[in-house]
Amino acid sequence: MTDTYYEKKDLADFPNIGEHAPEQGRKFFDYYGSAVAGGALSEREKTLIALAVATTQNCPYCIDAYTNRSMSLGLSNAEMMEAVHVGAAMMAGITLAHSTQMRKILKKKEM
Amino acid sequence: MTAPAEPAVRADFADRLKRTVGYPLRAEGLGVLQLNITRRCNLACRHCHVGSGPAAGGEMSERTMEDCLAAAGHPAITTIDITGGAPEMHPRLEQFLDKASKLKRRLIVRSNLTILLEPAFAGFVGIYARNKVEIAASMPSFNAGTMDRQRGFSAFERCIKAIRTLNAAGYGRAGSGLVLNLVHNPAGAFLPGPQKVLEAEYRRRLGADWRVEFNSLYCITNMPVGRYLDYLRESGNLPDYMRELEAAYNPEAVKKAMCRNMISVGQDGKLYDCDFNQALGLPARAPGGIADFDAGALSGREIVVSAHCFGCAAGSGSGCQGAP
Repeated sequence: MTDTYYEKKDLADFPNIGEHAPEQGRKFFDYYGSAVAGGALSEREKTLIALAVATTQNCPYCIDAYTNRSMSLGLSNAEMMEAVHVGAAMMAGITLAHSTQMRKILKKKEM
Repeated sequence: MTAPAEPAVRADFADRLKRTVGYPLRAEGLGVLQLNITRRCNLACRHCHVGSGPAAGGEMSERTMEDCLAAAGHPAITTIDITGGAPEMHPRLEQFLDKASKLKRRLIVRSNLTILLEPAFAGFVGIYARNKVEIAASMPSFNAGTMDRQRGFSAFERCIKAIRTLNAAGYGRAGSGLVLNLVHNPAGAFLPGPQKVLEAEYRRRLGADWRVEFNSLYCITNMPVGRYLDYLRESGNLPDYMRELEAAYNPEAVKKAMCRNMISVGQDGKLYDCDFNQALGLPARAPGGIADFDAGALSGREIVVSAHCFGCAAGSGSGCQGAP
């Protein structure tokens, strides 16, 4: 047994997250399935969004799943990396946007 | 006789059948006669499960080809599916097609496309057209770099050139009656995406970027067999790939698997449930070879399964004609 919080094989356990709360689990998977399926946005576009979110949220399971999914859908390395940069730019922008709070306090409190 | 190969990958497909659709798996009729006529090929692709290449030996004899034609004349047979190697490199393919087309069956040749650009084989475009041969052409990706990694330098460019030649002959054009289907398989240790999604993207990219046309796209899962198995092992991807295949097991795909309606004939006339079993030296549970063809006996035979069968049972399924 490995002494780590994250284990690669745990990705295969994802379908079982409804354990102990099956009704909520079923509702989650119904929602998840319909949210990521092709609609007004294509399955390929949604996969790139999911990949960007996965990397910004540091989720190793999601990164594994959506990198594989991207390759399966024929997305190129360049397309995938551009999606990651959108995520990175958003994270940087969000961080900097929150400096507004800091700047407001500075303006209010500094003599 | 070649001794059956020791299973290279450990996964209990028979047990999965027992727990889902039932074991043993049996054929349900017989419609497709698949012929592997040569191992010779002008390419040596990294995903090839039969180890084909320029130096590979072995081809079907004239006598065995005649036996195949006799079997193809049986009313049960609807489709003759010719594969290799590069079938064009068999010296009697042209004569065989001229005779087979008279049987009025669906006649398919699996071509790697690049061979059609070689002067000695360029005549096959016309031979295929006059015999109304349906072409199933290997085109693993719409991305040049991805495809060249798998099939060798400039393979993409040569395939596009060959498709243009086929399009000019009417192949892949609406209303021509000449069918050109492309075959996608992943260039790496992952499973193919949904056939419908990939077909739309192939059509968009190949049409807009390269101005070529085709009829349908078949998505085929790479089997952990032959050169692809070597790649999985060497790259350290084999355990993950097998786990992924097992996790994607779909009983509905098993019900529609190609082996249930097909018999595969080796270069020596021996019978197999599919081309992969042929590559692994796992003969069909059927008496004799193609010379002793007995449609009745083959129709309900028990199918020989092994770990690689998870490949055809994964997701929406895979087979020589893509997802069923």
